[in-house]
Amino acid sequence: MNRPAPRLSFTLNGAPAQVAADDPTRRLSDVLRETLGLTGTKSGCDAGDCGACTVLVDGAAVCACLMPVARVAGRSVTTVEGLATDPAMAGLRAAFLRHGAAQCGICTPGMLAAAAALLAANAAPSPAEAEAAIGGVLCRCTGYRKIVAAICDAGRPAAAPAPPPAGAAVGARMERPDGPPKVAGADRFGADVWRPGGLRLRAVRSPHARAAFALGDIGAWAAATGGVAAVFTAADIPGRNAMGTIPGYIDQPVLAERHVRFRGEAVALVAFEDDGADRDLSGFPVTWTPLPALDAPAAALSPGAPALHDARPGNVLAAGLVRRGDAAAALAGAAHVAEIRIATGFVEHAYVEPEAGAAWMEGGTLVIRACTQAPAMDRDETAAILGLPPGRVRILPSAVGGGFGSKLDLSVQPYLGLAVLRTGRPARMTYSRTESMMATTKRHPAAMTVRAGCDAEGRLVALDFDGVFDTGAYASWGPTVANRVPVHATGPYRVPHVHARARGVYTNNPVAGAFRGFGVPQATIAVEAAYDRLAEAAGIDRLAFRRLNALRDGDATATGQVLAGVGIDACLAALEPRWQQALAEAAAANRAGGPLRRGVGVASCWYGCGNTGLPNPSTIRIGITPGGRAVLHQGATDIGQGSNGVILQIAADAAGLPADAFDLIGPDTHLTPDAGKTSASRQTFVSGRAAEAAGRALRAAILRQANAGEGARIALAPGAIGIDGARRIDLAALPVDADGYVFRAEATYDPPTSPLDADGQGVPYALHGYGAQMVELSVDTALGTVALHRITAAHDLGRAINPTLAEGQIEGGIAQGIGLALMEDYLPGRTENLHDYLIPTAGDVPQVDSILVEVPHPEGPFGAKGLGEHVLIPTAPAILNAIRHATGAEIDRLPALPHRVLAAIRAAGGAG
Amino acid sequence: MADYIRPATLADAVSALSAGPCTVLAGGSDLYAATGARGLSGRVLDVTALADLRGIAATAEGIRIGAAATWAEVAAAPLPPACDALRAAARTVGGVQVQAVGTVAGNLCNASPAADGVPPLLALDAAVELLGPAGARRLPLAAFLTGPRQTARRADEVMTAVHIPAPALAGRSAFRKLGARRHLVISIVMVAARVAVADGRVAQAALAVGACSPVARRLPAVEAALAGAAPAEAAGRIADAAVAAALDPIGDVRATAEYRAAAAAELLRRAVAEAAG
Repeated sequence: MNRPAPRLSFTLNGAPAQVAADDPTRRLSDVLRETLGLTGTKSGCDAGDCGACTVLVDGAAVCACLMPVARVAGRSVTTVEGLATDPAMAGLRAAFLRHGAAQCGICTPGMLAAAAALLAANAAPSPAEAEAAIGGVLCRCTGYRKIVAAICDAGRPAAAPAPPPAGAAVGARMERPDGPPKVAGADRFGADVWRPGGLRLRAVRSPHARAAFALGDIGAWAAATGGVAAVFTAADIPGRNAMGTIPGYIDQPVLAERHVRFRGEAVALVAFEDDGADRDLSGFPVTWTPLPALDAPAAALSPGAPALHDARPGNVLAAGLVRRGDAAAALAGAAHVAEIRIATGFVEHAYVEPEAGAAWMEGGTLVIRACTQAPAMDRDETAAILGLPPGRVRILPSAVGGGFGSKLDLSVQPYLGLAVLRTGRPARMTYSRTESMMATTKRHPAAMTVRAGCDAEGRLVALDFDGVFDTGAYASWGPTVANRVPVHATGPYRVPHVHARARGVYTNNPVAGAFRGFGVPQATIAVEAAYDRLAEAAGIDRLAFRRLNALRDGDATATGQVLAGVGIDACLAALEPRWQQALAEAAAANRAGGPLRRGVGVASCWYGCGNTGLPNPSTIRIGITPGGRAVLHQGATDIGQGSNGVILQIAADAAGLPADAFDLIGPDTHLTPDAGKTSASRQTFVSGRAAEAAGRALRAAILRQANAGEGARIALAPGAIGIDGARRIDLAALPVDADGYVFRAEATYDPPTSPLDADGQGVPYALHGYGAQMVELSVDTALGTVALHRITAAHDLGRAINPTLAEGQIEGGIAQGIGLALMEDYLPGRTENLHDYLIPTAGDVPQVDSILVEVPHPEGPFGAKGLGEHVLIPTAPAILNAIRHATGAEIDRLPALPHRVLAAIRAAGGAG
Repeated sequence: MADYIRPATLADAVSALSAGPCTVLAGGSDLYAATGARGLSGRVLDVTALADLRGIAATAEGIRIGAAATWAEVAAAPLPPACDALRAAARTVGGVQVQAVGTVAGNLCNASPAADGVPPLLALDAAVELLGPAGARRLPLAAFLTGPRQTARRADEVMTAVHIPAPALAGRSAFRKLGARRHLVISIVMVAARVAVADGRVAQAALAVGACSPVARRLPAVEAALAGAAPAEAAGRIADAAVAAALDPIGDVRATAEYRAAAAAELLRRAVAEAAG
């Protein structure tokens, strides 16, 4: 450089700031995060597609990732940290908390900045104005409606809400305890914490779906490339070079050896010096020999197809079966039979936070802090890969910027561990958006054939379901999908004769794994379409058909499980008033003619909470400190869904203490007992039951100490516990245990289930949750475009521990269902960014009316059931059923993009 | 790391361009999206401090839009009804954050087949002004865009302005953009239609379609069919076959080629009905 390195001056959050202007084109987002330490500004894509990095420059909302830092010279930059101390924004922050507008919180800084720009110009925006203002910020959790409501409600005074009193936490719309840091930009996600002076890791990944490869002279490349501290290959892995999630199905190399099975598979890991320099992998010495790829299950199942894995000739990963009665005979004798063939594509989780983490050594312990849904599994798997005893690995889950199933699998953890272990230096790793999309799991594409039959009165008699699920190159959670789908195939209906099969098939496609519903959303699309046809054939209203067939207490499922606490008919009944009105409105609108046709559709869901016929315990611990605080060791990772609040609310009421008497110790494999994975809609139920038991045990211990009766009222005070406001236990007089507690209780709960037999008979789940949604929409029959008007969602969650969080789950699940139905299609090499891979924006989620139905289940904590996955399941089938109602169009391939809808309208002989 | 200059005068900009290959940086929404790096590399000429490239103003010959005018500025500008399509397009270029920095010239020089700004400007008979060492020259927009991601800009030229001639400011225009979601949409098809009515008859019709050919196109044969039509009947004169014949759409992940052609015709009918109504 022949110019002296100048300084660049600007105003940052109201104060003068200066940075070196040595690279004037550096992204403002990078300068804010890396140079100035303001990690409240998030990086989700570095391409202006997600809006997570939105900040204000001279009051205008801009993407900091698209802004050369030189351009802010002399201007005023406001980040979420600045908004957090701006009294004018207090109302907005309070509204976000009150409405539950922040779930995982990764989009919240960008949302707040976009909202602040709007509110500065328009203090009382309309919902349409708020929606337009946040149209450029993506959220994957909330479905946007609560964000829009919060922005419109920002003018209300920001009064701190009164915490619910003892015994009244369950059922209260309590603000999430981790909410304040989320709206202050202070929550720390995977990419937000690292040790300086360490290493920055990058993986070398395959550009081919199937290839042999040879590594060249890595030493020479490293010497010729700046900043390379170390390079690791498969040979460097000290333990098991395989990762996976299910014993017996651990088949994915951490670093591939000699050949790769999907585009995006890692073959080497480069540790660069973390010195702020831009490093890249260009020229890395690897020679690829591309091989013909098996690009679909049909190819993988064809005779003579090469086996992806020697252990599984034929490429079938797993097959699930449920057989009850004689479906073939019953179908032959049915009055009406409907057959559906439909296929779905890969769906990307598209959380706004790409996988990220950091690691370091603390004494002899490897500490890995990363975004995850499954800390204990991460610990055990990473330890096996690194050849360490599990106790030497400590997993510290960061705040998680969305998971939806994909963060159940390992991502950065083994790479971080390997680099730290081999170099002794701290390291960090952040996936780029494209890397996140290429390398991590997807929803399984499904090709399904359904035949369903009913009698002349519309009673279901039989279902035959066959689904082929593309599990991609490695197992991940494919076996779970293969097992869950047949169990759920009927939907929440009485079907006496069932034959349901699902196969997971290996291909050279992306690894398909867990995604909110484990295959059940795909299956429900096919089955609920068949039920619409049957209702029509039997001449019965579609909602009435579902109520006629709805499971009731005492009914047996296709696995022979006899049910209690069944809420599906209550959900369907709750839709009835809006259903009748919507049908009438649609008919009236359609009488007017024109290219727009209105339609109404309905679909149901049921979903078993917890693992399918396998143990999945949770343990929760509570202690009382000598100072008189309750401490909740809550190991259930909160990925935005709200377990930090829900588990607390349950524990508080079980203990008989107010929720604000508790301090939370979040997930940490050294400090919290294993609460299992955040998956299978199990945390509210399973960890909730453990929390309920721990709370009751703690209360019992206190009452014993005080010799008080069961109904006694207890209250924590500094250094003491008051009993019935009269007596007190002096905590200083009690012995303190190794954890520093004077009282402690720990409880484990494992749902009672039984394994399925060869015909899929057994009790796979201790309880199910139920729901039904109806969709009102219009289809433009000249263009094939679909406009959603309103979705009414009735969900039986047993007991709404926190109604605001429950509504947030419903609205967010619906948004993902909309994406599945209408726009999302992951194509390797084609849609590996958030520009080409479309997820719903704020304008794509209509009004959602949530109806919380509470049919308690005796097994659930306070009667509660799971909800997290249920909410996604009915949306797509209800949309497709409404499209058919509007136009006759029968969609056979999702997503229902405009050209597919138009073709289906024309095939049905409709307008166009 | 980039060698970055942000001149304040056109003379300095031109001399920088003359000195060797240079990436011209305007809003940055395309250049930064195209790199995974922390910043840009090579020689970078940032044109956003050039006062001559700013502003949207009426001139003796029509309207001049400074090349570095942002889409937010276009959307907010008090332009005549003939520019309604352009203003509507401005509100669909990314989200508000991209509209705040993204420029008209950047959209044109990036030359995406789905560039939002192109159909409305084609319907306005726009010309671009380029400045290089040999001086300034003007090119019709249709001649400037030579292919997908290809333009007639020479390596040592910078776009300084877009000119809309006064005769093209007659009538009203409408814009339609079709995609699979509401915001942040990459077009499947987009159309702009400008219609001027005189004595109860269509006197001028300018129709342009984007994302249905390597470069957005005007449709002269379809335009000719509208001449002399009663405003209420104009849209009905747009035949699917004539539109399809004028376009060359591809099939890709967003839509089939057949769909694009059919949707373009339907959107043109709707845009014409609005502009003529």
